Amino acid sequence: MRFDSLLDSVGHTPLVGLPTLSPSPDVRLWAKLEDRNPTGSVKDRAALAMITKAEKDGLLHPGSTLLEPTSGNTGIALAMVAKQRGYKLICVMPENTSSERAQLLRMWGAEIIYSPAAGGSNEAVRVAKEIGKQNPDWVMLYQYGNEANALAHYETTGPELLADLPTITHFVAGLGTTGTLMGAGRYLREAKPDVQIVAAEPRYGELVYGLRNLEEGFVPELYDESVLTSRFSVGPRDAVRRTRELLDKEGIFAGISTGAILHAALGLAAKAEKKGEAADIAFIVCDGGWKYLSTGAYEGTLEEAEAALEGQLWA
Amino acid sequence: MAVEVRIPTILRPYTGGEKVVTAEGASLQELIANLDATYAGIGERLVDESGLRRFVNVYLNDEDVRFLDGLATEVTEGDSVTILPAVAGG
Repeated sequence: MRFDSLLDSVGHTPLVGLPTLSPSPDVRLWAKLEDRNPTGSVKDRAALAMITKAEKDGLLHPGSTLLEPTSGNTGIALAMVAKQRGYKLICVMPENTSSERAQLLRMWGAEIIYSPAAGGSNEAVRVAKEIGKQNPDWVMLYQYGNEANALAHYETTGPELLADLPTITHFVAGLGTTGTLMGAGRYLREAKPDVQIVAAEPRYGELVYGLRNLEEGFVPELYDESVLTSRFSVGPRDAVRRTRELLDKEGIFAGISTGAILHAALGLAAKAEKKGEAADIAFIVCDGGWKYLSTGAYEGTLEEAEAALEGQLWA
Repeated sequence: MAVEVRIPTILRPYTGGEKVVTAEGASLQELIANLDATYAGIGERLVDESGLRRFVNVYLNDEDVRFLDGLATEVTEGDSVTILPAVAGG
């Protein structure tokens, strides 16, 4: 496959079957390998779409500075696109994220401002909004409320899934900005009204939920509950167990959030199998495991991995 | 009919610091009423006139109750209920 540039190669990722983890020939699991994107995560789609849209809207000029709250992957993707297109990027990132993410951001030329660990990404959003107010010239694409984020998945991820798996019955993805689920979910629902759109949401350690009051909670502006069929909360133990199972049984080396998504997908598969219904369940492999090696998730017992992840933003 | 309820840090002042408490009821609504009877004030932090508060997520055995029957969701002995504030990802 030949492309004019790296940015032209975003998307078009493989969908691979999981012959060992699928419960039967009638209930099949399919992994969409988003780690095959240029910076190694699903976020390249949203980053490219948001920057391209901002250019069309006349918000960006050569040398413009972008500001974005991110726990990692969106920042890394934005940094790559921004560098290609001649913009500067400043990321506001919670300090309890893996060191690989900071190294990658800096390699692609981004500057990092850390936000406090307590409160996780909520804090990063709050801090970024404050900084944005003081620097009105900077452009905040704001992945949580930018329609181009969801639209990227409506226009690319969704159609790719349907073309590769016309018999799709379930689509499972992680719930962060909600862009993947909203965009691909809407597209699939329009084409197949009965398709189930299922969210797997990481459940972190207590530090991450350390808000001062409940009114500081956060629901992304992009989120539309009516797109989803169901939503599951997956803790680090199940996420790590499934991440390891995916590598062990199918050879796929994925990040920890993918383990959480696989956990939900396997639950749906077991339910379909029990009811005797056929199912083609597609799920997103958000990224590879490389960026998380230092977290301790890939070594030792499950108990040790779970303890190591306590307090970290692992998805 | 005792059900285990996990309380987030932010609501533990109501439960005397307890992380996990037990409550009784056949539905989530009854369960919350029962919680409020034991830990006065916790109920209104979770629900308002329109139902579950916007930044409160409640999971029955890890599934978001908004996609089950909301406050009318049935609970049975041995179920586990987790309350969490809504947080950002990405």
